[in-house]
Amino acid sequence: MAVIESIHLTKIYDEGPVKVRAVNDVSLKIEEGEFAAIVGPSGSGKTTLLNIIGGLDHPTSGKVLINGNDISELSENQLIDFRLHNIGFIFQAYNLIPVLTARENVSFVMLLQKRPKAEREKRTEELLKEVGLLDRINNRPSELSGGQQQRVAVARALASRPKFVLADEPTANLDSKSTANLLDIMARLNHEENMTFIFSTHDSRVIERARRVITLEDGHIVSDVQQTPHT
Amino acid sequence: MNFRLAWRNIWRNKRRTLITTASVFTAVILAILMRSLQLGAYDRMIDNVVSFYTGHIQLHQAGYWEDQTIDNSFEPNDSIYTILQKTKEITGYVPRLESFALASAREMTKGVMVVGIEPEAESTVTRLKEKIVKGRYLTANENAAILSEGLAKYLRLGIGDTLVLLGQGYHGASAAGMYPINGIVKFPSPDLNQRMVYLPLKQAQQLYSADHRATSIVISIDQSKDASVVATELRSSFKGKPIQVMDWREMLPNLVQLIEVDNAGGIITSGILYMIIGFGIFGTILMMLTERTREFGILIAIGMKKMRLISIVTLEILMISGLGVLLGVVLGIPIVSYFHFNPIHISGEMAAAYERFGMEPVFPFSIAASLFYTQALVVLGITLVLAIYPWFRLRKLKTIDALKS
Ligand SMILES: Nc1ncnc2c1ncn2[C@@H]1O[C@H](COP(=O)(O)OP(=O)(O)OP(=O)(O)O)[C@@H](O)[C@H]1O
Ligand SMILES: [Mg+2]
Repeated sequence: MAVIESIHLTKIYDEGPVKVRAVNDVSLKIEEGEFAAIVGPSGSGKTTLLNIIGGLDHPTSGKVLINGNDISELSENQLIDFRLHNIGFIFQAYNLIPVLTARENVSFVMLLQKRPKAEREKRTEELLKEVGLLDRINNRPSELSGGQQQRVAVARALASRPKFVLADEPTANLDSKSTANLLDIMARLNHEENMTFIFSTHDSRVIERARRVITLEDGHIVSDVQQTPHT
Repeated sequence: MNFRLAWRNIWRNKRRTLITTASVFTAVILAILMRSLQLGAYDRMIDNVVSFYTGHIQLHQAGYWEDQTIDNSFEPNDSIYTILQKTKEITGYVPRLESFALASAREMTKGVMVVGIEPEAESTVTRLKEKIVKGRYLTANENAAILSEGLAKYLRLGIGDTLVLLGQGYHGASAAGMYPINGIVKFPSPDLNQRMVYLPLKQAQQLYSADHRATSIVISIDQSKDASVVATELRSSFKGKPIQVMDWREMLPNLVQLIEVDNAGGIITSGILYMIIGFGIFGTILMMLTERTREFGILIAIGMKKMRLISIVTLEILMISGLGVLLGVVLGIPIVSYFHFNPIHISGEMAAAYERFGMEPVFPFSIAASLFYTQALVVLGITLVLAIYPWFRLRKLKTIDALKS
C-alpha cells in the first residue's frame, strides 16, 4: 500500500475576481522510502499540494489517503494528533521555537508524543549527531546559522518517527554549500532509516538529487519521472 | 514543560514584560495603600466609639432606643445575667444608667451626657480607664465625677473643682447633684470628648431617683465582626422578654452609612485604576498574539493541540500579572505594617480643621489580610477575563493562515 495516495485532488481559490485552480485533479501515489521532488514554476501549486497532503489545508474536492486512511474524515484535534504521529514537517524558514535550544526543539515533539525521557534524550542526541550539530546542542535558533537551523528542523522532523517527511522548499534560504549539506543529510536518512521524503523546490541542484521528480504546472501534474540521483 | 515555555516566552520581550509587570505592580501597591488607609480609618472610627463608649452590643428595655429617657430604664436581674453568662462569645457585660443633664460651673452651662458606670466592671467592656489624662479613675462608692477633656475645657473646670448637674429623674422627679471632679478623660472621638460626664453607677441612680435601674447593659465580645451574629443569638435567647438587643452597627447608623459611602468611593477609584491596568495587559496580549502567529502555526502543524497552546499563553499572561501582584504585595506588606504601628499624626492647623469636623487627625493603616488577597484576586480575575481573548483567537486560528503570516 502507498504511504500517500491523493485521488483527484483539487483546490480552488475563489476569493479574488478570478477562480484559481491551485491544485487541479492531482492523483498521485508515494511509496515508502521514496525520495521525491515536487517541482514547477512559482505559483504552480507546490505549496498548496504539500499542505493538503500534510493535513494542514483542505482540498475543494478529492481525497488524501495516508496508509489507506482518509484524513479528511478527521476532526481538528484528531488531525493534529495524526500529524504529530505520522508526518514530519520542514518549512522554508523559521521552523524552530525560538525560546528552545536545538536539543529542546528536537525532543519537544517526542514530549508531545509522551515518549519516555530516556528515549527522548537518546534519540535527540542521535539525530543531532546525524545532522552534525552535536556541538550546538544547547544553542538557541538565534545562535545558529540558517543552514544549521534547517538541519535542526530535519532532526526534529524525524524525531517523532513519522511515516514521511514533507519539506516545502527547505533550501530556499540557503547558500549552495548549506544546500548540498542539507541534501546529503536528507539522502542519508532516506537511505539509512528508509524515511520517505517529499520536498518541493525550484533549485536544479536539488532536483538532480531526487529519485523521482513530479512536475506541476498550473496545479496539474505534467510529468512524473524516476531518475538516478547525482551524489 | 508548559510552565518552562511560558516563562521563557515572557522574557522574549523583556522590556514589554517589565513595563506590564510594573504597571500591575503600581496599581496593586496604590490600591493597597489607598484601601489600607481607608479601612484603617474606618476601623479607628469604629473603635473610637465602640471600645470607648457603646461596646459591641447593648441590651435595653424595649422601646428605649426610640425614646431615650430614664423612664424607659429597667432593672437588670439574674435571669438576664444568666443568659449573658451562658453566651460563650461574650467577654464582658456591665450595666449603665445614662441620661441628659445640664452641667454648670460658675457662669458656664452646657447640656451633657451623664453615664453612671460600675468603675471596675466597666473596664471589662470599654477602655475608658486608659483615657484618663489627669487625676484618677472612679471607685464604686465615692461621690465624684470624671469629665471628658473638651467639656472640662469648655466649663473651665479642673481636678478638685465641683461640677453641678441638673436634670429630670425617673418619673418626673427632679435631679440635682454636686460632684467633685476626680479625673479628666480624653476621647479620641471629638464628639464624645465634648459631652461626657461619668459618675459611679450608685451616684447616678441616686441623682436620677432610679435605684437599681439601668438604661443599658453594655456587652463586649471577642471578635467585633461577630457582633451581629451574637446579637441575633441573644435576640432569640430574650425572645418574649421586653428586651431590645442592638449591635454597634444598629446603634451607629450614621457612622455605618458614612463608612459605606466612603468605602464605595474607594472601590470605584480602585476599579478605575484596575480598568486602566486591564487595558495595558490587553495591549500586551494583542502584541504577543500578533507577533507570534506564525510560531503558533508551526506548533499546531507539528502536533501541539490548541488547548495546550491556549494554556501556555494564559500561563504567560498570568505570570506577567502575577509577578506584578507578588511584587505589590511583598512591598505593600512592610509599608502598610509600618504605618499601622506608626500611624501618621497630623498636627497644627490641619489637625484643628479635622477636629472641627469631628474627625481625629490620625491616619492609621489597616493590615487586614483581605486587603492583600483582594488585590491578588481582582488582578487574577481581570487576567482570566482577558485570557478569554487569546482563547477565542487561538481557537479560530487557521493553521494554514498562521503558517503563511
Ligand atoms: N490563500 C490563497 N488565496 C488565493 N489564492 C491563493 C492562496 N494561496 C495560494 N493561492 C494561489 O494558488 C496558486 C498556487 O500557489 P502555491 O503557493 O501553491 O504555489 P507554489 O508552487 O508553492 O509557488 P512558489 O514556488 O512561489 O512557492 C497561486 O496562483 C497562488 O496565487
Ligand atoms: Mg510555495
